[in-house]
Amino acid sequence: MASEAPLFDPSLKKKKKKVDFFEDPLAAEADPTKPAPETIDNTTISGVKVDLGPATAHELMKAEKKEKDDDDFKAMFGDMKKKKKKKDIALDFGDDAAASPAPAPAPAVPEKVVADAPAEAATITADDIDFSDMKKMKKSKKKKVVDLDAFERGLNDSKAKPKSEDADEDDEEGPAPDGSHLDNIDDEELGDDPFAQPGEAPVGVDAGNEAWLKSDRDYTYDELLTRFYASLHAANPSLLSSASKKRYTIAPPQLFREGNKKSIFANVTDICRKMHRQPEHVIAFLFAEMGTTGSVDGAGRLVIRGRFQQKQIENVLRRYMVEYVTCKTCKSPDTLLSKENRIFFMACESCGSRRSVNPIKTGFQAQVGKRSKNKTG
Amino acid sequence: MSVQNLNAYDPFADEGDPLAETADVGSTSDYIHIRIQQRNGRKTLTTLQGIPKQYDQKKILKAFKKEFACNGTLVEDEKMGQVIQLQGDQRAKISSFLVENGMEKDTIKVHGF
Repeated sequence: MASEAPLFDPSLKKKKKKVDFFEDPLAAEADPTKPAPETIDNTTISGVKVDLGPATAHELMKAEKKEKDDDDFKAMFGDMKKKKKKKDIALDFGDDAAASPAPAPAPAVPEKVVADAPAEAATITADDIDFSDMKKMKKSKKKKVVDLDAFERGLNDSKAKPKSEDADEDDEEGPAPDGSHLDNIDDEELGDDPFAQPGEAPVGVDAGNEAWLKSDRDYTYDELLTRFYASLHAANPSLLSSASKKRYTIAPPQLFREGNKKSIFANVTDICRKMHRQPEHVIAFLFAEMGTTGSVDGAGRLVIRGRFQQKQIENVLRRYMVEYVTCKTCKSPDTLLSKENRIFFMACESCGSRRSVNPIKTGFQAQVGKRSKNKTG
Repeated sequence: MSVQNLNAYDPFADEGDPLAETADVGSTSDYIHIRIQQRNGRKTLTTLQGIPKQYDQKKILKAFKKEFACNGTLVEDEKMGQVIQLQGDQRAKISSFLVENGMEKDTIKVHGF
Protein backbone atom coordinates (compact mmCIF):
# COMPACT_ATOMS: atom_id res chain seq x y z
CA MET A 1 0.00 0.00 0.00
CA ALA A 2 2.86 2.27 0.84
CA SER A 3 4.28 1.81 -2.60
CA GLU A 4 0.95 2.48 -4.12
CA ALA A 5 0.29 5.50 -2.08
CA PRO A 6 2.50 7.85 -4.11
CA LEU A 7 0.96 6.52 -7.24
CA PHE A 8 -2.43 6.91 -5.83
CA ASP A 9 -1.87 10.19 -4.17
CA PRO A 10 -1.41 12.26 -7.28
CA SER A 11 -4.34 10.57 -8.85
CA LEU A 12 -6.58 11.37 -5.99
CA LYS A 13 -5.33 14.86 -5.46
CA LYS A 14 -3.95 15.70 -8.77
CA LYS A 15 -5.67 19.00 -8.83
CA LYS A 16 -4.51 19.76 -5.41
CA LYS A 17 -0.94 19.15 -6.46
CA LYS A 18 -1.32 21.58 -9.21
CA VAL A 19 -2.78 24.08 -6.90
CA ASP A 20 0.30 23.95 -4.84
CA PHE A 21 2.46 24.71 -7.80
CA PHE A 22 0.24 27.38 -8.93
CA GLU A 23 -0.63 29.34 -5.85
CA ASP A 24 2.32 28.47 -3.76
CA PRO A 25 2.92 31.85 -2.17
CA LEU A 26 -0.64 32.09 -1.04
CA ALA A 27 -0.60 28.58 0.24
CA ALA A 28 2.52 29.43 2.14
CA GLU A 29 0.71 32.34 3.63
CA ALA A 30 -2.08 30.11 4.62
CA ASP A 31 0.20 27.63 6.26
CA PRO A 32 1.38 29.44 9.33
CA THR A 33 -2.06 30.26 10.57
CA LYS A 34 -3.13 26.94 11.94
CA PRO A 35 -2.82 23.34 11.03
CA ALA A 36 -6.46 22.54 10.69
CA PRO A 37 -7.44 25.53 8.54
CA GLU A 38 -4.50 24.81 6.35
CA THR A 39 -5.97 21.60 5.20
CA ILE A 40 -9.25 23.32 4.65
CA ASP A 41 -7.46 25.95 2.65
CA ASN A 42 -5.90 23.39 0.48
CA THR A 43 -9.13 21.74 -0.11
CA THR A 44 -10.80 24.97 -1.03
CA ILE A 45 -7.98 25.76 -3.31
CA SER A 46 -8.21 22.33 -4.67
CA GLY A 47 -11.89 22.85 -4.97
CA VAL A 48 -11.23 25.78 -7.18
CA LYS A 49 -8.68 23.82 -9.00
CA VAL A 50 -10.87 20.85 -9.28
CA ASP A 51 -13.02 23.13 -11.18
CA LEU A 52 -10.23 24.45 -13.28
CA GLY A 53 -8.94 21.10 -14.26
CA PRO A 54 -12.09 19.60 -15.63
CA ALA A 55 -12.97 22.82 -17.31
CA THR A 56 -9.88 22.75 -19.41
CA ALA A 57 -10.29 19.09 -19.81
CA HIS A 58 -13.72 19.85 -20.99
CA GLU A 59 -12.50 21.94 -23.75
CA LEU A 60 -9.43 20.05 -24.77
CA MET A 61 -9.96 16.41 -24.17
CA LYS A 62 -13.54 16.04 -23.38
CA ALA A 63 -13.91 12.89 -25.32
CA GLU A 64 -11.28 10.60 -24.00
CA LYS A 65 -10.89 11.78 -20.51
CA LYS A 66 -14.44 12.18 -19.52
CA GLU A 67 -15.23 8.59 -18.81
CA LYS A 68 -12.08 8.01 -16.86
CA ASP A 69 -12.69 11.01 -14.78
CA ASP A 70 -16.18 9.93 -14.24
CA ASP A 71 -15.06 6.57 -13.06
CA ASP A 72 -12.43 8.00 -10.82
CA PHE A 73 -14.68 10.42 -9.21
CA LYS A 74 -17.45 7.97 -8.90
CA ALA A 75 -15.11 5.64 -7.20
CA MET A 76 -13.78 8.38 -5.03
CA PHE A 77 -16.69 10.50 -4.12
CA GLY A 78 -19.73 8.55 -5.08
CA ASP A 79 -21.66 9.87 -8.01
CA MET A 80 -20.95 13.50 -8.00
CA LYS A 81 -18.84 14.00 -11.06
CA LYS A 82 -21.20 15.18 -13.70
CA LYS A 83 -21.46 18.00 -16.06
CA LYS A 84 -22.60 20.59 -13.58
CA LYS A 85 -19.53 22.20 -12.28
CA LYS A 86 -21.07 23.98 -9.39
CA LYS A 87 -22.54 20.95 -7.84
CA ASP A 88 -19.32 19.11 -8.36
CA ILE A 89 -17.35 21.56 -6.47
CA ALA A 90 -19.63 21.72 -3.54
CA LEU A 91 -19.58 18.01 -3.12
CA ASP A 92 -15.92 17.79 -3.77
CA PHE A 93 -15.39 20.29 -1.09
CA GLY A 94 -17.21 18.27 1.42
CA ASP A 95 -15.46 15.10 0.53
CA ASP A 96 -12.08 16.65 0.20
CA ALA A 97 -12.46 18.30 3.52
CA ALA A 98 -13.34 14.96 4.95
CA ALA A 99 -10.62 13.13 3.15
CA SER A 100 -7.68 15.46 3.22
CA PRO A 101 -7.25 15.81 6.97
CA ALA A 102 -6.68 12.09 7.03
CA PRO A 103 -2.96 11.61 6.55
CA ALA A 104 -3.19 8.76 4.09
CA PRO A 105 -5.36 9.78 1.22
CA ALA A 106 -6.27 6.24 0.36
CA PRO A 107 -9.21 5.40 2.54
CA ALA A 108 -11.69 4.28 0.00
CA VAL A 109 -10.46 2.80 -3.21
CA PRO A 110 -7.49 0.53 -3.34
CA GLU A 111 -8.85 -1.58 -6.16
CA LYS A 112 -9.40 1.45 -8.24
CA VAL A 113 -5.76 2.31 -7.82
CA VAL A 114 -4.72 -0.96 -9.25
CA ALA A 115 -7.06 -0.64 -12.10
CA ASP A 116 -6.65 2.97 -13.04
CA ALA A 117 -3.21 3.93 -11.94
CA PRO A 118 -1.49 3.85 -15.32
CA ALA A 119 -4.35 5.51 -17.06
CA GLU A 120 -4.41 8.14 -14.46
CA ALA A 121 -0.76 8.85 -14.77
CA ALA A 122 -1.45 9.60 -18.35
CA THR A 123 -4.28 11.88 -17.46
CA ILE A 124 -2.18 13.64 -14.95
CA THR A 125 0.45 14.58 -17.40
CA ALA A 126 -2.21 15.60 -19.80
CA ASP A 127 -3.71 17.73 -17.12
CA ASP A 128 -0.44 19.37 -16.46
CA ILE A 129 -0.17 20.32 -20.04
CA ASP A 130 -3.64 21.66 -19.88
CA PHE A 131 -2.74 23.59 -16.97
CA SER A 132 0.19 25.30 -18.52
CA ASP A 133 -2.15 26.15 -21.32
CA MET A 134 -4.46 27.63 -18.81
CA LYS A 135 -1.70 29.72 -17.42
CA LYS A 136 -0.81 31.05 -20.77
CA MET A 137 -4.40 31.86 -21.37
CA LYS A 138 -4.56 33.65 -18.14
CA LYS A 139 -1.63 35.77 -18.98
CA SER A 140 -2.97 36.56 -22.36
CA LYS A 141 -6.57 37.26 -21.70
CA LYS A 142 -7.87 40.20 -19.85
CA LYS A 143 -10.76 38.30 -18.44
CA LYS A 144 -8.43 35.99 -16.76
CA VAL A 145 -6.96 38.75 -14.71
CA VAL A 146 -10.29 39.30 -13.13
CA ASP A 147 -10.49 35.63 -12.60
CA LEU A 148 -7.23 35.61 -10.78
CA ASP A 149 -8.48 38.34 -8.54
CA ALA A 150 -11.57 36.41 -7.78
CA PHE A 151 -9.46 33.41 -7.16
CA GLU A 152 -7.32 35.22 -4.69
CA ARG A 153 -10.34 36.60 -3.01
CA GLY A 154 -11.65 33.13 -2.68
CA LEU A 155 -8.39 32.14 -1.17
CA ASN A 156 -8.47 34.95 1.29
CA ASP A 157 -11.99 34.20 2.21
CA SER A 158 -11.25 30.63 2.77
CA LYS A 159 -8.30 31.65 4.81
CA ALA A 160 -10.23 34.05 6.90
CA LYS A 161 -13.08 31.74 7.47
CA PRO A 162 -11.31 28.78 8.95
CA LYS A 163 -9.49 31.17 11.20
CA SER A 164 -12.62 32.59 12.67
CA GLU A 165 -14.17 29.22 13.01
CA ASP A 166 -11.11 27.97 14.67
CA ALA A 167 -11.17 30.85 17.03
CA ASP A 168 -14.65 29.81 17.89
CA GLU A 169 -13.64 26.33 18.61
CA ASP A 170 -10.71 27.46 20.65
CA ASP A 171 -12.70 29.92 22.61
CA GLU A 172 -15.67 27.71 22.91
CA GLU A 173 -17.22 31.06 23.14
CA GLY A 174 -17.77 32.92 19.92
CA PRO A 175 -20.51 34.76 21.71
CA ALA A 176 -22.64 34.56 18.74
CA PRO A 177 -25.99 36.02 19.44
CA ASP A 178 -27.73 32.75 19.57
CA GLY A 179 -26.66 31.31 22.83
CA SER A 180 -27.54 27.70 22.90
CA HIS A 181 -28.12 27.38 19.20
CA LEU A 182 -24.62 28.43 18.55
CA ASP A 183 -23.39 25.00 17.73
CA ASN A 184 -26.10 24.28 15.27
CA ILE A 185 -25.50 27.51 13.56
CA ASP A 186 -21.86 26.79 13.42
CA ASP A 187 -22.57 23.57 11.68
CA GLU A 188 -24.96 25.21 9.32
CA GLU A 189 -22.44 27.79 8.43
CA LEU A 190 -19.79 25.25 7.97
CA GLY A 191 -22.12 23.51 5.67
CA ASP A 192 -22.96 26.70 3.91
CA ASP A 193 -19.57 28.13 3.49
CA PRO A 194 -18.13 25.58 1.15
CA PHE A 195 -21.27 25.89 -0.78
CA ALA A 196 -20.99 29.60 -0.97
CA GLN A 197 -17.58 29.36 -2.48
CA PRO A 198 -18.36 27.39 -5.54
CA GLY A 199 -20.24 30.42 -6.61
CA GLU A 200 -16.98 32.22 -6.85
CA ALA A 201 -14.84 29.31 -7.83
CA PRO A 202 -16.25 29.09 -11.31
CA VAL A 203 -15.35 32.70 -11.69
CA GLY A 204 -11.91 31.39 -12.25
CA VAL A 205 -12.94 29.56 -15.36
CA ASP A 206 -16.30 30.38 -16.56
CA ALA A 207 -16.63 34.09 -16.68
CA GLY A 208 -17.60 34.51 -20.25
CA ASN A 209 -15.94 31.60 -22.00
CA GLU A 210 -17.95 28.64 -20.89
CA ALA A 211 -17.85 25.73 -23.21
CA TRP A 212 -21.58 25.68 -23.55
CA LEU A 213 -21.81 29.28 -24.67
CA LYS A 214 -21.02 28.38 -28.24
CA SER A 215 -23.16 25.34 -28.43
CA ASP A 216 -26.75 25.92 -29.35
CA ARG A 217 -28.30 23.51 -26.91
CA ASP A 218 -30.49 24.76 -24.10
CA TYR A 219 -28.57 26.00 -21.15
CA THR A 220 -29.23 24.28 -17.89
CA TYR A 221 -30.28 26.18 -14.87
CA ASP A 222 -27.10 25.39 -13.04
CA GLU A 223 -24.91 26.64 -15.80
CA LEU A 224 -26.78 29.86 -15.99
CA LEU A 225 -26.76 30.24 -12.26
CA THR A 226 -23.06 29.68 -12.11
CA ARG A 227 -22.55 32.16 -14.85
CA PHE A 228 -24.72 34.67 -13.09
CA TYR A 229 -22.80 34.38 -9.87
CA ALA A 230 -19.52 34.50 -11.69
CA SER A 231 -20.27 37.75 -13.40
CA LEU A 232 -21.97 39.15 -10.33
CA HIS A 233 -18.97 38.53 -8.17
CA ALA A 234 -16.59 39.70 -10.80
CA ALA A 235 -18.47 42.98 -11.02
CA ASN A 236 -19.04 43.44 -7.29
CA PRO A 237 -16.18 42.11 -5.26
CA SER A 238 -17.73 43.58 -2.14
CA LEU A 239 -20.53 41.06 -2.33
CA LEU A 240 -18.07 38.31 -1.76
CA SER A 241 -17.00 39.62 1.58
CA SER A 242 -20.54 40.18 2.72
CA ALA A 243 -21.66 36.80 1.50
CA SER A 244 -18.95 35.05 3.42
CA LYS A 245 -19.45 37.28 6.37
CA LYS A 246 -17.09 37.11 9.22
CA ARG A 247 -18.41 35.58 12.33
CA TYR A 248 -18.63 37.76 15.33
CA THR A 249 -16.23 36.53 17.91
CA ILE A 250 -15.20 37.77 21.26
CA ALA A 251 -12.41 36.60 23.43
CA PRO A 252 -13.60 34.27 26.16
CA PRO A 253 -13.94 35.83 29.55
CA GLN A 254 -10.98 35.21 31.82
CA LEU A 255 -12.06 34.22 35.26
CA PHE A 256 -9.85 33.89 38.28
CA ARG A 257 -10.70 33.12 41.81
CA GLU A 258 -9.67 35.62 44.39
CA GLY A 259 -9.72 34.05 47.76
CA ASN A 260 -12.66 31.86 48.43
CA LYS A 261 -15.62 34.04 47.72
CA LYS A 262 -14.67 36.37 44.95
CA SER A 263 -14.13 35.86 41.27
CA ILE A 264 -12.18 38.18 39.06
CA PHE A 265 -13.30 38.79 35.54
CA ALA A 266 -10.10 40.08 34.01
CA ASN A 267 -10.96 41.13 30.49
CA VAL A 268 -14.25 42.93 30.97
CA THR A 269 -12.96 46.09 29.41
CA ASP A 270 -11.68 44.27 26.37
CA ILE A 271 -14.95 42.52 25.86
CA CYS A 272 -16.91 45.69 26.36
CA ARG A 273 -14.76 47.47 23.83
CA LYS A 274 -15.27 44.66 21.38
CA MET A 275 -19.02 44.89 21.83
CA HIS A 276 -19.00 48.70 21.76
CA ARG A 277 -20.80 48.91 25.04
CA GLN A 278 -20.13 50.85 28.18
CA PRO A 279 -18.53 48.65 30.80
CA GLU A 280 -20.98 50.04 33.34
CA HIS A 281 -23.88 48.74 31.33
CA VAL A 282 -22.37 45.33 30.89
CA ILE A 283 -21.41 45.11 34.52
CA ALA A 284 -24.84 46.19 35.65
CA PHE A 285 -26.32 43.47 33.51
CA LEU A 286 -23.91 40.88 34.84
CA PHE A 287 -24.70 41.75 38.42
CA ALA A 288 -28.43 41.86 37.86
CA GLU A 289 -28.43 38.55 36.05
CA MET A 290 -26.24 36.73 38.48
CA GLY A 291 -27.81 38.26 41.54
CA THR A 292 -24.56 39.39 43.02
CA THR A 293 -22.49 42.47 43.55
CA GLY A 294 -18.95 43.50 42.93
CA SER A 295 -16.65 46.27 41.88
CA VAL A 296 -14.03 47.21 39.36
CA ASP A 297 -10.52 47.21 40.68
CA GLY A 298 -7.63 49.45 39.78
CA ALA A 299 -6.49 47.38 36.82
CA GLY A 300 -9.91 47.51 35.21
CA ARG A 301 -10.82 44.02 36.28
CA LEU A 302 -14.19 43.18 37.64
CA VAL A 303 -14.32 41.65 41.06
CA ILE A 304 -17.50 39.65 41.48
CA ARG A 305 -18.74 38.35 44.77
CA GLY A 306 -19.38 34.67 44.62
CA ARG A 307 -17.78 31.80 42.81
CA PHE A 308 -18.30 31.86 39.12
CA GLN A 309 -16.83 29.85 36.35
CA GLN A 310 -15.91 31.00 32.93
CA LYS A 311 -18.75 29.09 31.40
CA GLN A 312 -21.33 30.75 33.58
CA ILE A 313 -20.08 34.21 32.78
CA GLU A 314 -20.02 33.20 29.15
CA ASN A 315 -23.67 32.28 29.28
CA VAL A 316 -24.59 35.55 30.84
CA LEU A 317 -22.55 37.44 28.27
CA ARG A 318 -24.31 35.55 25.53
CA ARG A 319 -27.61 36.62 26.89
CA TYR A 320 -26.37 40.16 27.09
CA MET A 321 -25.42 40.05 23.46
CA VAL A 322 -28.79 38.72 22.44
CA GLU A 323 -30.54 41.35 24.46
CA TYR A 324 -28.38 44.41 23.99
CA VAL A 325 -25.88 43.89 21.19
CA THR A 326 -27.27 42.03 18.24
CA CYS A 327 -29.80 43.75 16.09
CA LYS A 328 -33.09 41.97 16.30
CA THR A 329 -33.85 42.74 12.70
CA CYS A 330 -30.70 41.82 10.86
CA LYS A 331 -28.75 39.97 13.56
CA SER A 332 -25.79 42.20 13.05
CA PRO A 333 -23.72 42.90 16.13
CA ASP A 334 -22.85 46.27 14.73
CA THR A 335 -25.11 48.37 16.91
CA LEU A 336 -24.93 51.41 19.10
CA LEU A 337 -26.62 51.83 22.42
CA SER A 338 -27.67 55.31 23.44
CA LYS A 339 -29.73 56.65 26.27
CA GLU A 340 -32.53 59.13 25.77
CA ASN A 341 -34.94 60.16 28.48
CA ARG A 342 -33.88 57.33 30.70
CA ILE A 343 -34.60 54.79 28.01
CA PHE A 344 -31.91 52.92 26.19
CA PHE A 345 -32.19 52.74 22.44
CA MET A 346 -30.25 50.41 20.24
CA ALA A 347 -29.54 51.59 16.72
CA CYS A 348 -28.24 49.18 14.17
CA GLU A 349 -25.35 50.42 12.11
CA SER A 350 -25.84 48.03 9.26
CA CYS A 351 -29.59 48.02 8.70
CA GLY A 352 -30.53 51.28 10.39
CA SER A 353 -33.23 49.89 12.60
CA ARG A 354 -33.72 51.37 16.00
CA ARG A 355 -35.48 49.95 18.98
CA SER A 356 -35.70 50.45 22.67
CA VAL A 357 -34.24 47.81 24.90
CA ASN A 358 -35.36 46.65 28.27
CA PRO A 359 -33.85 48.44 31.21
CA ILE A 360 -31.66 46.34 33.41
CA LYS A 361 -33.55 45.39 36.50
CA THR A 362 -32.17 43.58 39.41
CA GLY A 363 -35.45 42.23 40.66
CA PHE A 364 -35.91 40.62 43.98
CA GLN A 365 -32.79 39.97 45.96
CA ALA A 366 -33.14 37.49 48.71
CA GLN A 367 -31.47 37.99 52.01
CA VAL A 368 -28.24 36.04 51.88
CA GLY A 369 -25.76 36.01 54.67
CA LYS A 370 -25.97 37.57 58.06
CA ARG A 371 -28.81 39.89 58.78
CA SER A 372 -26.68 41.98 61.04
CA LYS A 373 -24.50 42.99 58.13
CA ASN A 374 -27.50 44.24 56.27
CA LYS A 375 -28.83 47.17 58.27
CA THR A 376 -31.89 47.73 56.13
CA GLY A 377 -32.98 44.13 56.23
CA MET B 1 -72.81 77.17 7.36
CA SER B 2 -70.56 75.47 9.78
CA VAL B 3 -66.86 75.78 9.69
CA GLN B 4 -65.48 72.42 10.26
CA ASN B 5 -62.39 73.60 12.00
CA LEU B 6 -64.29 75.40 14.73
CA ASN B 7 -65.87 72.55 16.55
CA ALA B 8 -65.50 71.72 20.15
CA TYR B 9 -62.79 69.17 19.70
CA ASP B 10 -59.38 70.56 20.43
CA PRO B 11 -56.82 68.49 18.63
CA PHE B 12 -54.05 69.89 20.76
CA ALA B 13 -55.65 69.05 24.04
CA ASP B 14 -53.35 67.37 26.45
CA GLU B 15 -54.14 63.74 26.37
CA GLY B 16 -51.84 62.97 29.17
CA ASP B 17 -49.25 60.31 29.12
CA PRO B 18 -50.17 57.80 26.45
CA LEU B 19 -48.58 55.12 28.51
CA ALA B 20 -50.45 56.13 31.63
CA GLU B 21 -52.88 53.23 31.66
CA THR B 22 -50.29 50.70 30.78
CA ALA B 23 -47.96 51.71 33.52
CA ASP B 24 -46.00 48.55 33.24
CA VAL B 25 -44.66 48.96 29.77
CA GLY B 26 -41.29 47.34 29.75
CA SER B 27 -41.53 46.64 33.42
CA THR B 28 -40.89 43.34 35.02
CA SER B 29 -44.45 42.82 36.08
CA ASP B 30 -45.71 40.91 33.08
CA TYR B 31 -43.00 38.32 33.25
CA ILE B 32 -42.41 35.54 35.65
CA HIS B 33 -38.81 35.81 36.71
CA ILE B 34 -36.84 32.90 37.98
CA ARG B 35 -33.56 33.95 39.49
CA ILE B 36 -30.75 32.29 41.27
CA GLN B 37 -28.53 33.57 44.02
CA GLN B 38 -25.38 32.12 45.39
CA ARG B 39 -25.15 31.43 49.04
CA ASN B 40 -22.16 30.22 50.91
CA GLY B 41 -20.23 27.43 49.35
CA ARG B 42 -21.98 25.75 46.52
CA LYS B 43 -25.40 26.40 47.90
CA THR B 44 -27.88 28.39 45.96
CA LEU B 45 -31.27 29.95 46.34
CA THR B 46 -33.92 30.20 43.67
CA THR B 47 -36.43 32.99 43.69
CA LEU B 48 -39.62 33.08 41.73
CA GLN B 49 -41.20 36.44 41.21
CA GLY B 50 -44.19 37.65 39.31
CA ILE B 51 -46.67 34.80 39.55
CA PRO B 52 -50.03 36.18 38.43
CA LYS B 53 -52.33 37.26 41.21
CA GLN B 54 -55.03 34.72 40.53
CA TYR B 55 -52.83 31.90 41.69
CA ASP B 56 -52.44 31.09 45.32
CA GLN B 57 -48.76 31.45 46.04
CA LYS B 58 -48.97 29.35 49.17
CA LYS B 59 -50.36 26.43 47.27
CA ILE B 60 -47.81 26.82 44.55
CA LEU B 61 -45.08 26.88 47.13
CA LYS B 62 -46.45 23.77 48.72
CA ALA B 63 -46.53 22.02 45.36
CA PHE B 64 -42.99 23.11 44.63
CA LYS B 65 -41.70 21.87 47.93
CA LYS B 66 -43.33 18.54 47.43
CA GLU B 67 -42.36 18.20 43.82
CA PHE B 68 -38.75 19.31 44.06
CA ALA B 69 -38.12 17.92 47.52
CA CYS B 70 -36.68 21.13 48.80
CA ASN B 71 -37.59 23.66 51.39
CA GLY B 72 -38.86 27.07 50.55
CA THR B 73 -40.60 30.10 51.84
CA LEU B 74 -42.85 32.90 50.78
CA VAL B 75 -41.24 36.30 51.15
CA GLU B 76 -43.17 39.51 51.23
CA ASP B 77 -41.28 42.25 49.47
CA GLU B 78 -42.57 45.81 49.44
CA LYS B 79 -41.65 46.42 45.84
CA MET B 80 -41.95 43.01 44.27
CA GLY B 81 -44.86 41.65 46.22
CA GLN B 82 -44.82 38.02 47.14
CA VAL B 83 -41.78 36.09 46.11
CA ILE B 84 -41.26 32.38 46.43
CA GLN B 85 -37.84 31.32 47.62
CA LEU B 86 -36.64 27.80 47.20
CA GLN B 87 -33.46 26.15 48.36
CA GLY B 88 -31.11 24.99 45.69
CA ASP B 89 -31.03 25.56 41.98
CA GLN B 90 -34.60 24.77 40.95
CA ARG B 91 -34.76 27.02 37.91
CA ALA B 92 -35.19 24.42 35.24
CA LYS B 93 -37.62 22.45 37.34
CA ILE B 94 -39.71 25.49 38.15
CA SER B 95 -39.92 26.55 34.57
CA SER B 96 -40.94 23.12 33.35
CA PHE B 97 -43.44 22.82 36.19
CA LEU B 98 -45.03 26.12 35.28
CA VAL B 99 -45.18 25.25 31.63
CA GLU B 100 -46.73 21.91 32.39
CA ASN B 101 -49.37 23.62 34.46
CA GLY B 102 -50.48 25.93 31.74
CA MET B 103 -48.26 28.98 31.88
CA GLU B 104 -46.99 30.47 28.68
CA LYS B 105 -43.39 29.63 28.13
CA ASP B 106 -42.48 33.04 26.81
CA THR B 107 -43.72 34.80 29.89
CA ILE B 108 -41.18 32.94 31.96
CA LYS B 109 -37.74 34.43 32.15
CA VAL B 110 -34.98 32.39 33.63
CA HIS B 111 -32.08 34.46 34.83
CA GLY B 112 -28.72 33.61 36.18
CA PHE B 113 -25.67 31.85 34.91
